[in-house]
Amino acid sequence: MALNWFRFASPAAFYPLAGRLIPLFWVLTVLALALGLYWGFFETADRLGGGNPQKEYYRIIFIHVPSAWMSMWLYVVMVSWAAIGLVFNTRLSFMMAKAIAPTGAIFTFLALWTGAFWGRPSWGTYWDWDPRLTSELALFFMYIGYIALHSAIDDARRADRASALLAIVGLVMVPVIFWSINCPDPNQCAALHQRSNLTTIEGNILFAMLTMTFAFWMYSFATSLMRLRSIILMRESESLWVRELATIGGRA
Amino acid sequence: MTEFFAQGGFGFFVWGAYGMVALVLLVEILQLRAQRRTILARLGRLSRMRDFGARE
Repeated sequence: MALNWFRFASPAAFYPLAGRLIPLFWVLTVLALALGLYWGFFETADRLGGGNPQKEYYRIIFIHVPSAWMSMWLYVVMVSWAAIGLVFNTRLSFMMAKAIAPTGAIFTFLALWTGAFWGRPSWGTYWDWDPRLTSELALFFMYIGYIALHSAIDDARRADRASALLAIVGLVMVPVIFWSINCPDPNQCAALHQRSNLTTIEGNILFAMLTMTFAFWMYSFATSLMRLRSIILMRESESLWVRELATIGGRA
Repeated sequence: MTEFFAQGGFGFFVWGAYGMVALVLLVEILQLRAQRRTILARLGRLSRMRDFGARE
């Protein structure tokens, strides 16, 4: 194989690569945001008909569903890096996991917040101890726990390993959220959050929602890599290449 | 235009949700930029201190 991927497992090699990728991810974020927001607000109907009559407030779907998806995907990505770090003992993998956590926590918070602002007009309440809402809240605390545990241990290598284990245990929340719809028929039980089906969503709404999801993915790549570069600089500050970079003013 | 911001009378909920997303994501970007500037300034200070120490 001509290209040696393992070269990029070294922080010194990945740092400049991430620096080149970040602007690309920002461009994709802005383009997808512009398209998704335009489509969501101007190419969709004001009111939904059919079996689920909702007025303009349903447009929260274009940020609510992508945020909720990101909250779960980023947790899986974070745990994957943490597990790779534990198995192969690679420093960069742990740094990746640590760099993803704050962005994941932010999207979990936003899923809860946008859900509350959607729940008030549609269900009549900002919050309910519904299975899906409750399990999403628990995921938020898993992110907070990971970040808190990592920052509570002074030794970086020990902090990496301990918080990686905590993150792996917390992975149980993701399938719980996914299957937390305990109400097959809304006429028979009180759960608020109902099962949704991508194939029954109207085409323009689905397009705007998936475009916004792509935008949030690109945003997550960009912010995680920015945070990763800062983590690399801090952890490798004694290494020769960071010293040289600091001498020339950090423009690389 | 007014009609667009009213969102059929649900402007508070629609913009309350979108506004928080915009605010939080913007704060995250600004925090990341400030963090990077702080680290680079500290590394630059450390490097100047080392240069000074080497000349002594």
